[in-house]
Amino acid sequence: MPWLSILMAVPVLGAVGVACLPKGSHKPAKQLALLVSLVVLGLTVAMAVQFSPNGQRFQFTETHSWIPAFGVNYGLGVDGIALVLIALSAVLVPIVILASWHDTDGPAPDGRDDAPAPKRSAKTYFALLLVLEAMMIGVFAATDIFLFYVFFEAMLIPMYFMIGSYGGVQRSYAAVKFLLYSLFGGLLMLVAVIALYVVAEKNTFMFPELIGVVQDPTTQKWLFAGFFIAFAVKAPLWPFHTWLPDAAAQAPAGAAVLLVGVLDKVGTYGMLRFCLELFPDASKFFTPLVIVLSVVGIIYGAIVAIGQTDMKRLIAYTSISHFGFIALGVFAMTQNAQAGATLYMVNHGFSTGALFLIAGFLIHRRGSAQIADYGGVQKVAPLLAGAFLIAGLSGLALPGLSSFVSEFMVLIGTYERYAVPAIIGALGVILAAIYILWMYQRMMNGPTADSVKGFTDLNGREKWVVAPLIAAIIALGFFPKPVLDVINPAVDKTLDSAQVLDKQPASTAAEKKGAGQ
Amino acid sequence: MNGTTIPAPTIEYALLAPMLIVFGAAIVGVLVEAFFPRYLRKSVHVPLTLLALAGAFLMTVLQVVREGVPTTPSAMGAVAVDGPALFIWGLILVLAIVSTLLINDEDQFVAQAAAVPGSADEEEAVRSGYAQTEVYPLLLFSVGGMMLFPASNDLLIMFVALEVLSLPLYLLCGLARRRRLLSQEASVKYFLLGAFSSAFFLYGMALMYGYAGSLDLKAISAALGTVSGQNTLLLAGTAMLGVGLLFKLGAAPFQAWKPDVYQGAPTAVTALMASTVLVSAFGALLRVFWVALGNLDWDWRPVMWGVAILTMVVGAILAITQTDIKRMLAYSSIAHSGFILTGVIATGAFEQNQGALSAILFYLAAYGFTTVGAFAVVTMVRDAGGEAGHLSRWAGLGKRAPILAGIFAFFLLAFAGIPLTSGFFGKYAVFSAAVAGDALPLVVVGVVTSAIAAFFYVRVIVLMFFSEPAADGPTIATPTIGTSAVVALAAAATVVLGVFPQPVLDLAGEAASALFIR
Repeated sequence: MPWLSILMAVPVLGAVGVACLPKGSHKPAKQLALLVSLVVLGLTVAMAVQFSPNGQRFQFTETHSWIPAFGVNYGLGVDGIALVLIALSAVLVPIVILASWHDTDGPAPDGRDDAPAPKRSAKTYFALLLVLEAMMIGVFAATDIFLFYVFFEAMLIPMYFMIGSYGGVQRSYAAVKFLLYSLFGGLLMLVAVIALYVVAEKNTFMFPELIGVVQDPTTQKWLFAGFFIAFAVKAPLWPFHTWLPDAAAQAPAGAAVLLVGVLDKVGTYGMLRFCLELFPDASKFFTPLVIVLSVVGIIYGAIVAIGQTDMKRLIAYTSISHFGFIALGVFAMTQNAQAGATLYMVNHGFSTGALFLIAGFLIHRRGSAQIADYGGVQKVAPLLAGAFLIAGLSGLALPGLSSFVSEFMVLIGTYERYAVPAIIGALGVILAAIYILWMYQRMMNGPTADSVKGFTDLNGREKWVVAPLIAAIIALGFFPKPVLDVINPAVDKTLDSAQVLDKQPASTAAEKKGAGQ
Repeated sequence: MNGTTIPAPTIEYALLAPMLIVFGAAIVGVLVEAFFPRYLRKSVHVPLTLLALAGAFLMTVLQVVREGVPTTPSAMGAVAVDGPALFIWGLILVLAIVSTLLINDEDQFVAQAAAVPGSADEEEAVRSGYAQTEVYPLLLFSVGGMMLFPASNDLLIMFVALEVLSLPLYLLCGLARRRRLLSQEASVKYFLLGAFSSAFFLYGMALMYGYAGSLDLKAISAALGTVSGQNTLLLAGTAMLGVGLLFKLGAAPFQAWKPDVYQGAPTAVTALMASTVLVSAFGALLRVFWVALGNLDWDWRPVMWGVAILTMVVGAILAITQTDIKRMLAYSSIAHSGFILTGVIATGAFEQNQGALSAILFYLAAYGFTTVGAFAVVTMVRDAGGEAGHLSRWAGLGKRAPILAGIFAFFLLAFAGIPLTSGFFGKYAVFSAAVAGDALPLVVVGVVTSAIAAFFYVRVIVLMFFSEPAADGPTIATPTIGTSAVVALAAAATVVLGVFPQPVLDLAGEAASALFIR
């Protein structure tokens, strides 16, 4: 059964269905979109249970010749890393749809919403969302590098329209900046993709066949640079990050979740999958540089986050800090660090997703994203504040919540090989406590601000949005083993292809188990 | 009288039938102008033109299917109907049919070209419902020239073709119904600069004759190996031929005419020029530089590198500053010429040449359809004074006409080379050919300028979708069946070539398999 093709076809057909609804049918559009996304989630679960972590590397593979003239195949398949990221996308999309229920309805009736009225119908928004879901699944499922590139670039377009048409005041600036940055990185990658094809002389783009083909060190370095810059822009890594705060702050909350939670993961996923395995020597050559960039990103993102006055921008900067951790984990090239980085990609999706969505609820109530416009929310909306706190605490890696496990694994894994960067990186954890707790204190504690007095607590729909995310955060915090079991064999094989002989330098198998509990 | 007989030249009539049909129909068209009453002319011209073009296309296809691709030049070595030429013929004919459907919209052409703009004569002509129906035979002549141009195997024939294709275009450019002064200015500019560049071509030809003693491309190629000590003639001749050819495709630094002409000409004519002339000119450029001067590539390649880089950069950067949609598309066309030029440079081993040639052919097909579609959309967005050219007038079009704006946005994304559009595969094909031909730096410039170019394409999308519509914004003309068919066909081609490019790639690969015959 072609699981992955079905997973992509369902949202595409759903998008067509949503787009074909009669004009003005906002509610049916949302309901249909939700239904479709739940079907996708169901199918993903059905597929995931059939995945055998210790089986073949790529499972559910499909290969059809697409453009023989260029050696391009429609090649799909997932390993553990891709599987958990597809699952993350499939979980987030229905939550985002539910959370975006009123995002396309225009300004709040009392006119508090300072964002201009969305220009286009709910239909378009939810259709774009479903198209985006198909592409997110496709980009992680592609085992053909050309196909990966096609999704990598094409997925920009629905996101561009979601930000540009439905975002905040500066939405068109943010959308264009997002698109141009990503496109530029992508085009450099295109050159590298072409060059890889020419150098490899294999007449194929199938990833497994291209592993270890490029031997010449200089060529490897150039090709690595082409791929890496595209992924560093996408992730984003310092100093390629400047588009993210704008895009995330201007995007509607739901789109911001998918942007930061999933789209950006394509960058770190690409580093792990393509940079390391295709260009192992170049990866090792560039490791010091990437580690420096990551550590700078961790600290820089955290410090700048502390100074933010807009909560969506703040969350965006925290993500830059977290992407620093992920990249650090990927390039530390130890079993622990890479498994931690992969797990971090998932956890970050949940915790940042929750933060963005709850921020979206707050903005919907108050009509402002400024932290200073809030105060004492905890008294009027305790559930809302509590959920925000849990999501935030996960963001600062409190033990018992999901991010802690992954951050710990990354730091341990990095320490095994690069002690100093790991120690500096650990400072990011302290800074994280400052930005999260200080934001919480300013917004939720203290005397209740007048503008906040009329707040209602989470309603039924919002509870349904928050509950699965909080559940995931807590569950993965206490019991990450099922996910790690899927990830670990895949990371092992990645390290094999990357020709890392020394996967667990300081014999830390025991600590790894400790981290898993 | 004295017994010597001149052997009659052999002409492969069947092989040349597509061209003969087009030229024949053009002459019939002139007779129609002369003998038919005014009210009947258009209803004769339109079917005649379409039938001639369709018939020529059919003959081209039949030729390939029944006889295969010839391996020797025809018409005593003057015309080379080879794989690339047949592909280009088919492409030009289809694009010309599509453009004819646009031209069919009578609102675009002047009532009486000879009437001074704004004069009483003009009013009189408009009131009497005159129409300049000479458009159709002119179009046919031009298309005939475009077919001969890339198929000429002899510089003299090529020059004749160049003039046959250009002269009717100069006239067509001056026939816009609105903003007539602009249109006439465009026409004169095009004519003067075009004549100038033709003179360069002619001079280059003469020098080349001085060098090789022949105008036959094969003979010139052969002379490269045998004649020595005449390098000045050869290099000067090459440079001048290059100027004449590069002018036609609007490569920098010979691009100055393009924005003015594209803006001033009636949009349907612009669509024709932007698609078919580019195709034809690239065919001719390739034939001259690959067949006649292929062994000289060490000498012309560095210059061509410079031209390609300059063309891409100038096209992409100047496009950013444009405020008129047609001028912007003109600069975009310049940038695309630059992208295609990266493929022209990718000479080398036989296989590389094949790859580059098929890439260029595919690019031309992909770009041609998208361009015609984009200009067709431009004809539909109208103000009180005709088409709404200024970009600011396009603000909020996505709200007013979501489907049309969506299609236009799609065309723009195709120009920008986003995956799943035809433009992406076109770009991919030429860039990979260029990488294979050791032109990696050129490709890097290409992708950087692509990123710059993406900015102005995206800006139009921002205007259409993310800006508030102007209070007195343009109206969307109810499209004629012809115009809607053109837009639909172009959109379909852009999607199909973007998702399943393989059949057309196969066709282009087949056409390029034996390269040019000599």
